[in-house]
Amino acid sequence: MNVNHNTEKDRLNFWEKLYLPEIARGLGLTLRQMFKKPMTRQYPEERWEPTGSYRGRPVLVLEEDGERCVACSLCSRVCPALAIEVQAAETTREKERYPVKFEINMLRCIYCGFCEEVCPEEAIVMSKDYELVFTNQEDAIMGKDKLLIPIAQLQDRLEFLRRFK
Amino acid sequence: MVIDTQGQRTEHAQNAIMEFLLINHPLDCPICDEAGECKLQEYAFLHSKGQSRFNEKKNHKDKRVELGPNVMFDGERCISCSRCIRFADEVAKQPVLTFVQRGDHVTIETFPGTTFDSPYSMNVNDICPVGALTSMDFRFASRVWEMSFTDSICPGCSRGCNIKVGVRNNEILRLEPRTNMHVNEYWMCDDARLTQYKFVNENRVSSPMIRKGNTLVSASWQDATAQAAELLKKFKPSEIMVVGSARATNEDNYLLAKFAHNTLKTNNIDFLRHVDNAFGDNFLRTNDRTPNAHGAAEVGVKHETSGVSMDHLAEKIKQRSIKALYVMDGDIAANSTLTAALSDLDCLIVHASNHNSTTERAHVVLASTTYAELEGTFTNMNKRVQYVQPAVATQDHERIEGMQMSRWDKFGASNDRWARGERRNCHQNWEIVQDIANAFGAGWHYSDSGSVFKDIANHVSAFSGMSYDLLQEYQGLTLGKAGSPEPKGVVYQSNYMKPN
Repeated sequence: MNVNHNTEKDRLNFWEKLYLPEIARGLGLTLRQMFKKPMTRQYPEERWEPTGSYRGRPVLVLEEDGERCVACSLCSRVCPALAIEVQAAETTREKERYPVKFEINMLRCIYCGFCEEVCPEEAIVMSKDYELVFTNQEDAIMGKDKLLIPIAQLQDRLEFLRRFK
Repeated sequence: MVIDTQGQRTEHAQNAIMEFLLINHPLDCPICDEAGECKLQEYAFLHSKGQSRFNEKKNHKDKRVELGPNVMFDGERCISCSRCIRFADEVAKQPVLTFVQRGDHVTIETFPGTTFDSPYSMNVNDICPVGALTSMDFRFASRVWEMSFTDSICPGCSRGCNIKVGVRNNEILRLEPRTNMHVNEYWMCDDARLTQYKFVNENRVSSPMIRKGNTLVSASWQDATAQAAELLKKFKPSEIMVVGSARATNEDNYLLAKFAHNTLKTNNIDFLRHVDNAFGDNFLRTNDRTPNAHGAAEVGVKHETSGVSMDHLAEKIKQRSIKALYVMDGDIAANSTLTAALSDLDCLIVHASNHNSTTERAHVVLASTTYAELEGTFTNMNKRVQYVQPAVATQDHERIEGMQMSRWDKFGASNDRWARGERRNCHQNWEIVQDIANAFGAGWHYSDSGSVFKDIANHVSAFSGMSYDLLQEYQGLTLGKAGSPEPKGVVYQSNYMKPN
């Protein structure tokens, strides 16, 4: 009969079949790791700071005289996951259009960065924020209150975009 | 003569022209309402290298000039094509616009002491190839590509202008004219643009209602139609008056007439005319403010010599010879002669799309669709039958063939805030009439508007030979002349980047 054999009996030699030497070898490996530098981090106390190239949650740039966004809705158009909703309105400022509503559904967002790439005003950028926790679906929809971030906190990303975009 | 339309030299020339056009044009497409349906954007996309060698400062002009109550002018975006000036002179017949200044300082102004307030002024927003002229009513409400545009017919007057209905999140945001050389050419009036969408969005009767004591309470369709039938059965046929509607479609009125004659067996049938002698003019607007007065009469909703007419209705109600009223026209109480009389009725059943003074008095309110939610036909003042299709979803139909849908309409889910526009629990008038007739044991089973229209085409001679397909193909057919339609016009679609 044409049968392939691959039982323990075929694979293991005499010492391996005894098990005890192998247990000792395994314990030794574990013991050696205890004297090496750990690979993990104490997360909530120790946090990793991403570099400018990191794509965290998208945020809106807030300058001293208000938001940069002119509500052109190109981010909303290009978003492959349809995460962004923009409602424009008129203002008396020089750029006569502003977003009266700007919402990103973080459950839909896939962090692709297309919105940042298409933005003609460099008003939406990917931040370093990767800590996103919600307890219900409605909380995951972020409005302007959560999206507007002062420009000082976004310098790394803006510098990255200037160099590599 | 040989003209090259392709090749290196042609492309070079085209690019040079684009460079000139764009020298003083601001780069504010992200802000501009025209983006997405802009001819200049289109040409720049097709024929331009996308680079400018112009290092000098661009000209600055006034960005917010109100040329009239509905038209806002942005001098910087203007490319001085003079279409608006020609429109004001030749079509609106209000020659108040003109060029001032010279060279690259040229701009458009109204003559001193005048304002561009023609009843057709907003058409310049459509014909402006760039975003220099924008509608003050719509300004920044939505991007073009976020709306879906469904072909429809304006219900504002008996002209029946062909329009497109722009919808986002189940709400109408704007109306724009659709070319039909036999009806409205390329235009529509400002009044329709400003008023004919608000009543679809606001103040709607969103489900059927039954009167309990002094208040109207929401009810299911079964309860409401059963209650209506029960109320009607209490009266003798001669005590019931059926009122059709010139705002409803041919299909609705046809079944209502059939219901009155065959089921209720009453001769009291008529419809109310809504005439505003101040509205009409010698261009598009007409005094009859309803889209289908001609059609309603043609399919059987008309005064019969043995029955009661609208003119005598108030009198007959006072004399107690009419005790029950079945009304398809939701706006009947607005008529001054009928207002007081309606309180003397024992039974008032009304189809209504909006809350008004009639629904306040009604015993049963049956939530009906507006023109934007139904499929059917209107017959205009020139006896032209034109096809209307749903642009807005209801609980009855989320999607219907022919209804245009934007990307957002297609992919929205219940947990997206941008897809939660209200779906109203309203039915087409003919569906409601069918339900009530069946409660009387009529045994009708029309499945859709098309099957009602087929019935009309078979039984009403003026409609013979017509079908929805033909009506769509020829953009309307004239009554009695279905066999010899007017020639199809060439509709030049100028905005190829605009969705549907």
